[in-house]
Amino acid sequence: MIKLNVNGQAREVDVDPATPILWVVRENLEMTGTKFGCGIAMCGACTVHLDGKPVRSCSTPISRAEGKAITTIEGIAEDDGTLSKVQQAWIEAQVPQCGYCQSGQIMSATALLQKDPNPSDEQIDAAMAGNVCRCGMYGRIRTAIKSAAGNTQAAKEEA
Amino acid sequence: MGKWSRRAFIGAGVVAGGALVVGIAVRPGNPTDELKPLLAKGDGEELINAWVKVDANNKVTAIVPHAEMGQGAHSVLAQMLADEMDVDWEAVDILEAPAIPAYVGADLGREFIAPTLEVPKVLEPTVQGAFLSLANMMDLQITGGSFSIRGSGQRGMRTAGAAAREMLVAAAAEKWNVPAAEITTSNSILTHKSSGKSATYGEFAAAAATQDLPVKPRRKKVEEFTLMGKPMPRKDIPSKVNGTAGFGIDAQVEGMKYAAVKAAPVVGATVEKIDASKAKTMPGVLQILNMGDFVAVVADGYWQAQKALGTIEATYSEAEGQNLDQGDVFARYAKALDEVGSDGGDVETDEGDAIGTFAEASKKVTAEYKVPFLAHATMEPMNCTASVKDGRCDLWMGTQSPLGTRRDVAKALGLDEDNVSLQNAYLGGGFGRRASSDVPVMAARIAKATGYPVKMIWSREEDTAQDLYRPSATSRFEAGLDDKGKLVSWNNVHTHLFDPQEAPQVPHYAIANHLIRKVDVPMHLRFGPWRSVDHSQQAWFIESFIDEIAVEAGKDPLELRRELLARSPRHLAVLNKAAEMSNWGSAMPRGHGRGIAFVPSFGSVVAQVAEVDMTGTKPRVTKVYCCADVGFAMNPDGVAAQMESAIVYGLTAALYGEISIKDGAVQQSNFHDYEMLRINEMPDVEVTLINGDHERLGGAGEPGLPPLAPAVTNAVFAATGKRVRELPLSKHSFA
Ligand code: FES
Ligand code: FES
Repeated sequence: MIKLNVNGQAREVDVDPATPILWVVRENLEMTGTKFGCGIAMCGACTVHLDGKPVRSCSTPISRAEGKAITTIEGIAEDDGTLSKVQQAWIEAQVPQCGYCQSGQIMSATALLQKDPNPSDEQIDAAMAGNVCRCGMYGRIRTAIKSAAGNTQAAKEEA
Repeated sequence: MGKWSRRAFIGAGVVAGGALVVGIAVRPGNPTDELKPLLAKGDGEELINAWVKVDANNKVTAIVPHAEMGQGAHSVLAQMLADEMDVDWEAVDILEAPAIPAYVGADLGREFIAPTLEVPKVLEPTVQGAFLSLANMMDLQITGGSFSIRGSGQRGMRTAGAAAREMLVAAAAEKWNVPAAEITTSNSILTHKSSGKSATYGEFAAAAATQDLPVKPRRKKVEEFTLMGKPMPRKDIPSKVNGTAGFGIDAQVEGMKYAAVKAAPVVGATVEKIDASKAKTMPGVLQILNMGDFVAVVADGYWQAQKALGTIEATYSEAEGQNLDQGDVFARYAKALDEVGSDGGDVETDEGDAIGTFAEASKKVTAEYKVPFLAHATMEPMNCTASVKDGRCDLWMGTQSPLGTRRDVAKALGLDEDNVSLQNAYLGGGFGRRASSDVPVMAARIAKATGYPVKMIWSREEDTAQDLYRPSATSRFEAGLDDKGKLVSWNNVHTHLFDPQEAPQVPHYAIANHLIRKVDVPMHLRFGPWRSVDHSQQAWFIESFIDEIAVEAGKDPLELRRELLARSPRHLAVLNKAAEMSNWGSAMPRGHGRGIAFVPSFGSVVAQVAEVDMTGTKPRVTKVYCCADVGFAMNPDGVAAQMESAIVYGLTAALYGEISIKDGAVQQSNFHDYEMLRINEMPDVEVTLINGDHERLGGAGEPGLPPLAPAVTNAVFAATGKRVRELPLSKHSFA
């Protein structure tokens, strides 16, 4: 049995410790918001957070998650269900088309803004270049990140 | 448009729970004598259906016969319906018309949508036909070809909405005993001002269903639109930011296991022998299947299945295509083109005397262009979940062609179509790939072999190497200019591998003498429609060659296009707008260049100007200006998003896209060798929309793609003087 903490909840799974986090989350825990795109850390569709840092879950064994907090797209809204700033910015900019890459995009963007609340264009490019959007919504992703960053900043100033 | 044709009908009735249902059909076939007086004369013969349901609790459900693959079709169709009907947008739900057996058989179809539907006897046969034609439409008119909004939306959803509204008004007028003309509607509420009466649509849903059917429901004029033409937020988006949107790959079926597959690398080969001694012993592995054309491993988990599959050694039979290498592909094209020369091949268009005028031309321009095979690489790899038992097959997936899939799966399993059902989900990208049924057929065969439900997922490697590719092609041109520098002769011959041909073979430019021909070149690979179909090749050929002609004629590329479009004001407006947006003609820094391209397709007109920076080691597209006329943009933000999307899809192909063949097999496997454009290479994109003709809507998903590649390569020429005649750009060195 492997003990996990997923989105703040204690979970246990009985799997080969080499199993990628992606498949444990999707199949054993039946949380399908995290997506499979390439399986070789080249597209970012499977991005989740381990202790707040973005990782490609298709290429990270579940053994690496022991003792750490896994956060998936299902776990980034507020406890009362209010969408996170990033999610709200995504809706405002109408970012998703097919939507398949967007869980991963949002997880990468969330990690970026946690690290750099006001990222420069270069920082956005660097943090997001691992996430492919085949529908090509990169322009809107940039817009949404900037607007979420603005919100983060405004929120900070208010506090 | 908007007139009832003699073959159109509207049906309505009350269904269980006091809900009103309205449907529209325009179908081939002659109406009965009783029906004739209800119908006006007209000419439309398209198959259109749209259905709306108004519940007693005031909820409105728009039933849309199209798949949602990111193009926003569900939402826009609902927007069109809701506007005509004056319903509260917030209270509108969207339901995709399902491809279940019950929906296809006319009698059973009614059971699904309207179990207690009562229609006047005179309409009975037509109602039956309507359900049938809906089924046919979903089959033939798959989501693609940018059809959904201009077809189903304009003809179907709007009319259904208008009809439903008129019936609700009529019901209220009767009950309140006031003239219908005095009743106003807005936000799902009926109001009679002078008497102070008002009621929700829901309250009159049942009574509305007993009203006479409107023969010609009045559709709104553009000035009256409240939702159409507005950038309404899409209804599917909230579920796409919190992980709850259901894609095919997310299907959860009781007792389901997972399958990983590997097909014979060369199409046409079969799996002769497999050594699965290692795989058999691996944890979680349930079954190893040699299906003839592919190998499948079924396991408790997908990763287990995929890992075990990787250990299997397979030997394959000989196949016809096994000796083909990439160089042979273009050599084959060259040979075929050489054979037909300047006048042979299948003539597609022949106007004037292209050959004669070319012979006498003062200036002659010739060129040859090549484009490679391309994969679709939808973000969601191909997958399908299937269960086959007790003579039935159930499928869960995302498809552009639900009924085509049912038909093909039924055929493959030897089942009656009525015994195959399909639950369609959101598509993680379609681009034409999900219009074919090769994937569900495989899943169904596996499920039949196992006896339990199986979710089959293709690895990205399989997705890349077993695609239905965009054909590669070679195209040759000869053009002649007269002594005044006027383009008088155009002779083009291109290779052809795959139908349907969508692109107009005649350039939309006014060229007096032109001859267009094609040559079929057989090839063992499998092909399929790819975003914008053959416009993706033809537009690059034509728009590159026009640019070359301009250079030879000593004209500015924009000027030449203007001359050739002088008699097409709508085209000219789009071209000029794109040029103006880009400040065409203004100076650019050294090593930078600007290129233009103009392509009408799928009923829309798009011009783009690309700016490139060639000072680095590889081309960098810094800016794309796009002007599009899609007739009338029902959701302008949605149309802009489609243009942005098509620009990136086109740019990915122009910069990197290449599927190559070695020993008959595809060489690329994943995103490391089939590269995608990423955010750090994303140009600034500016889109301007022109509403050129609100009665004739064009497509939005595809027309933004064709001009992109030529605009970029024309810009590369402007910056470097180097003419690119073969894509992708990554093949060329600009150092
Ligand atoms: S699926 Fe993990 S990076 Fe692509
Ligand atoms: S929205 Fe479709 S891949 Fe990004």
